[in-house]
Amino acid sequence: MSSVPVTSWFSEIGLVDRPAVGGKGGSLGELTSAGIDVPPGFVVRTEAFEAFIQKLDKKEALRAPIEALDPHDLAAVGECTKAVRARVENSPLPADVRDAILSSYAELCADQPDTPVAVRSSATTEDAEDASFAGLQDTYLWVLGGDQVIQMVRSCWASLYSVESVCYRRKHGLPEASVAMGVVIQRMVDARCAGVMFTRSPTTGDRSVVTIEGAWGLGSAVVSGEVTPDRWVVAKITNEISAREISNKHIQQLAKKGGGIEDVPVPDDQQTAPCLSDEELLKLKEVSLRAERHYGRPQDIEWAIDRHDGRILLLQSRPETVWSATEDKPVAKPAENPLSHVMNIFGGRR
Amino acid sequence: MPEADKKFPLPSSLKVAPGTEAAQAAYPYYQQFEPDDDQRFWFYNSMHFPEPMTVFDMVTAEAAYCALGSSNTRVQSLPTTLGIDCRIINGRVYIGGNGVTDPDEIARRTEEFQKRAFYYYEHWERLYDQWKDKMRKLIQDAQDLPPLSLPEFEPLEHVHAGRGIASNHYLLDTYQKTLEGYFRMWHHHFEFLLLGYGAYMAFFDFCKKAFPEITDQTIARMVAGFEAEIFRPDDEVKRLARCAVELGVDSKFQERTKVDDILASLEQMGEPGREWLKELETSRNPWFNVNVGDGFYHYHRSWNDDLSLPFSALPGYIEKVKAGENLERPVEQLKTERQALIDGYRDMLATDEERTSYDQMITLACRVFPYVEGHKFYCEHWYTNLFFNKIREFGALLSEHGFFEDAEDVFHLSHYEVEAAIIDLMTSWSNGSAPRGPKRFPALIAERKKAIEIWAKMDTPPALGEVPDIIDDPAIVMLWGITRESLNSWLSAGETDPNEIHGFAASNGVVEGTARVVKSVQEIDRLQKSDILVCQVTNPTWAPVFNKISAAVSDIGGSMSHAAIVAREYGLPAVVGTGQATTRIRDGQRVRVDGGRGVVTILN
Repeated sequence: MSSVPVTSWFSEIGLVDRPAVGGKGGSLGELTSAGIDVPPGFVVRTEAFEAFIQKLDKKEALRAPIEALDPHDLAAVGECTKAVRARVENSPLPADVRDAILSSYAELCADQPDTPVAVRSSATTEDAEDASFAGLQDTYLWVLGGDQVIQMVRSCWASLYSVESVCYRRKHGLPEASVAMGVVIQRMVDARCAGVMFTRSPTTGDRSVVTIEGAWGLGSAVVSGEVTPDRWVVAKITNEISAREISNKHIQQLAKKGGGIEDVPVPDDQQTAPCLSDEELLKLKEVSLRAERHYGRPQDIEWAIDRHDGRILLLQSRPETVWSATEDKPVAKPAENPLSHVMNIFGGRR
Repeated sequence: MPEADKKFPLPSSLKVAPGTEAAQAAYPYYQQFEPDDDQRFWFYNSMHFPEPMTVFDMVTAEAAYCALGSSNTRVQSLPTTLGIDCRIINGRVYIGGNGVTDPDEIARRTEEFQKRAFYYYEHWERLYDQWKDKMRKLIQDAQDLPPLSLPEFEPLEHVHAGRGIASNHYLLDTYQKTLEGYFRMWHHHFEFLLLGYGAYMAFFDFCKKAFPEITDQTIARMVAGFEAEIFRPDDEVKRLARCAVELGVDSKFQERTKVDDILASLEQMGEPGREWLKELETSRNPWFNVNVGDGFYHYHRSWNDDLSLPFSALPGYIEKVKAGENLERPVEQLKTERQALIDGYRDMLATDEERTSYDQMITLACRVFPYVEGHKFYCEHWYTNLFFNKIREFGALLSEHGFFEDAEDVFHLSHYEVEAAIIDLMTSWSNGSAPRGPKRFPALIAERKKAIEIWAKMDTPPALGEVPDIIDDPAIVMLWGITRESLNSWLSAGETDPNEIHGFAASNGVVEGTARVVKSVQEIDRLQKSDILVCQVTNPTWAPVFNKISAAVSDIGGSMSHAAIVAREYGLPAVVGTGQATTRIRDGQRVRVDGGRGVVTILN
C-alpha cells in the first residue's frame, strides 16, 4: 500500500489522471499547470477510496450485497444503502490513508494552522447523469481541522451509495468494483464575491461573449440558486460590456464561527450595488479565455475574488455541454456568386 | 393590455388642429391623407423629420421619396418593395411602404434586380468614382447659378450684346434650375444607397445569427472606413488649431469670444493673422459645408453660415496642441484594430464553411461602405446648404419687394407659391405696376407660423392604421430600423419606467452627469466639460463638441447614423433615436446614459 500514493498535489496532476483523481481534481491540476490561479490543494486519490472500501469489504461484504440488489425494489435498496453509508461515514480509515491525508493537510496549512478548507467530491465517471448522482454537488465548505477533514472525505465517499446512484448502477449493470471517487481538499477562499462564468453564452450559444454571474460572499449561494446574481455579458474581442443586470442580492453566504457556512443579510447599501467593477469583469474575462484556450473548447467556470488581496481564483472549469451537444447548423453556406448573399436582404422572407 | 387589443389610430381619426386648417391645406393635395389611406399602415418619420415641416421644407420629402421610389421600383427593381408614399398632417410626415407580395411578381422583379443591382455591385468602384464626378458637377452647377438681380434698367452691355432676354426671365430660370438641381441631387443620393445598406445588412444579419449577442456597434466597427468625408470637417478644425499655434495667433481664440471679434482681431494683427484667415478659407471650401442638423430643414445652417460651432471647438483643440497632444486620428492604428476585430470574430465561427461565407459578405460590405458613409457630405450637407441658401436669396429679393417681411419667410410658402411669387414679381417689374403678392402673403405666412407653433406642442402618434403581420420591406427595415418588434414596443409605450428613455445603443459605455439640453447651435457654448449633450440630432458636424462632453443623447438617428460613428470614434457613450430626449429631459437634470443598452435614466 505504501507504494501507492494516497494524495497528489494539484501541480502533479492533469486531466489524464481523471481515473485516479476525478474530473474536478484533474481540472484543478490542469488549471494549475496552465498558470491559472486556483486555491492551493491536493486530491485524495481513488486508490485511497479503494483501500478503504476493500478494508470494509473484507470485514463484512459490502459490494456483493449491492450488486445483488434489484433496482426496482426501492425498499431493499434504501435499507441496504443506508447501512453502507453509515459504515462508510463511521468506520476508521486505514492508518496509512489517514496519515497521508492529515500530513498533506498539515502541509497545506503549514503557514496557518487550522486554515479553513473546502472538501469536494471529484467524480471519475464521464457519464454526466451518473456523475450528478455520485455526489457531484457534494462540497463541504469552511472545514476546520484534520478530524473534520477526514469526516468530510468519508461523507463524499458515502454519497456514492445514495439510493439514486446505486439504482443507476444496477439499472446499467455497472460493476461495483468500477466505482471510485477522488476528493479535492483545497484552501478556502474568503470570497468578497464569487460566481460562475461561461465562455459560451448559456442563453444563446454565442461563442463571442463571456457571460459572468456573481453575488456577494461565497459562490455557493449562486451555484445553489439562493441568490439571483448580478449578470454581465462581456465581448471577448472588444471588451464591450453589452449587458449589465444588477439584481437585489439580499443575502450572502459567509463562514460560520466554528466551521461551515451560513446565510447573512447583505447590508442595505450593498444589495443593489454591482458586486464587480468593470476592471474586475475584464480580468475575469481574460482568465476565462485562458482556461478556454487551454482546453481548446468553451468552459463553464466557477470563480471567486479573495476579500483580502482581490485576487481572482478559479474553483472549477469544465467543458460547456449544453450547446456543444447541439448540432451547429451553418449560419450561411458559401455562395458561388458572393453577391447572392444580398438576396437574403432583398429577396423577401423565405 | 394584451398585444392584440392595442392598435394605432386610423389616419381618418387624426384631426387637423383647430385654427390650422388653412395651413394644413397649404401642403400639396397629393400629400394630404384621404379616406382610402385607412386601409394602409403609416409611420411617423421622426428620424428625418422630427419637427413640424414648414410648407417649403416639404420639398425635401417630395424630392427624396420621388428618387427613392424610382430607384427601388424602376431602376434596380427591388424584388419585394416599390417606393414610399408620403402624407403630412399637423406638420408631421407619415410614410408608408408599397410592398410586393405576389410571388410571380417577386420572381419577375428578382430576375431584373440581378441584372441591375448585381451589375452595380460588380462595378461598384468605377460607378462610385463616376458618381463623385457627377456630384461635383452638380454642386458646381449650383454654385454657378447667377446672383439674383432686377436692375431698374437692363445693363447697357446686355443691350449692346443683343442678349434679347431681360433680367426678370433669369429669376424664373434660376429658380427652376435650383429646384431641378435639388430633385436631381436626390436621385444621386439614392443611386447606391439601398444597395449599399443591403450589402451591409447581409453581413449584419449573418453576424447576428452567428453571434447572437454581438452588438450593432461592433458590426459597424468592422466595416467602418477611416478616410470618410464625415471626419474631414472636424479634422479641419484640428488643423486650424495647429495652424493657430504654429502662427502664434492662438491667444486670440478664447472661450465665449464672438466669432466676428476673433476675425477682426486676426485681421488687425497683420501677416500671421491674415495667414491663418487664409487657412480658414481653405478649410471652409468645401469642408465647412456641413450643417448643424441632418440637412432636412432650412434652418439647419452650415458651419459656413455660422462659424460659431467650429470656433467653439478651437480653444479646446488649441489647448491640446500646446500640451503636445497629437490630435491626428490614428488611422493606421484604427485600421489594425479593425482588422483584429474582423479576424477575431472570424476565428470564433464554427466551421470553415461559415468562414468562407463571412469573408464573402464582409468583403462586399467593406467595398460598399464608403458610399454609405460618404454620400451624406455631398448630398445632405453640401448640396442642401447650397439649395436652401439659394432659396434664401429668393426670400431676400421677395422681401425687398415687399412680399413679406423677412427673407426666411419664404420657407412658409410652398415651392409652387414661391414660383408664383417670382412670376408675380417678374410681371410687375416688367410692366411697372405693383406686385400683388405683398397683399397676399404676409397674412398666409403669419397663419402658417402660428400653425407650426401649435403643431410643435401636439403629441404625434408614432404610427397609424393597421399593423402588418410582418415588416418585410427591406427599405423600411434598413433606413428606419422599423420591425414588428419595434412596433410592439411603440404600442406598449408608457407602460415602462417613466424615468427611462429608450433609444438605439449607439456607442458603448455608462456615464452619469448633468444633462445639457441644447436645442440649437447657438446654445453650443453652454456646454461645460463633462456635460451630457442632449440634442435633437447628433451629427458629425457636432464632432468638435464631442471633445468636451462625456456622453451624447439624441432624439433622432439610428445606430448606423454618422452620429453613432463619431461617438464610437471618440469613445463616448451615446444613445440615439430616443424620439423624446429633448422634451423629457430638463436642462441641468442628472441623467445616466447607458450606451450599451440604449437607455437613458433620469436620476432626479
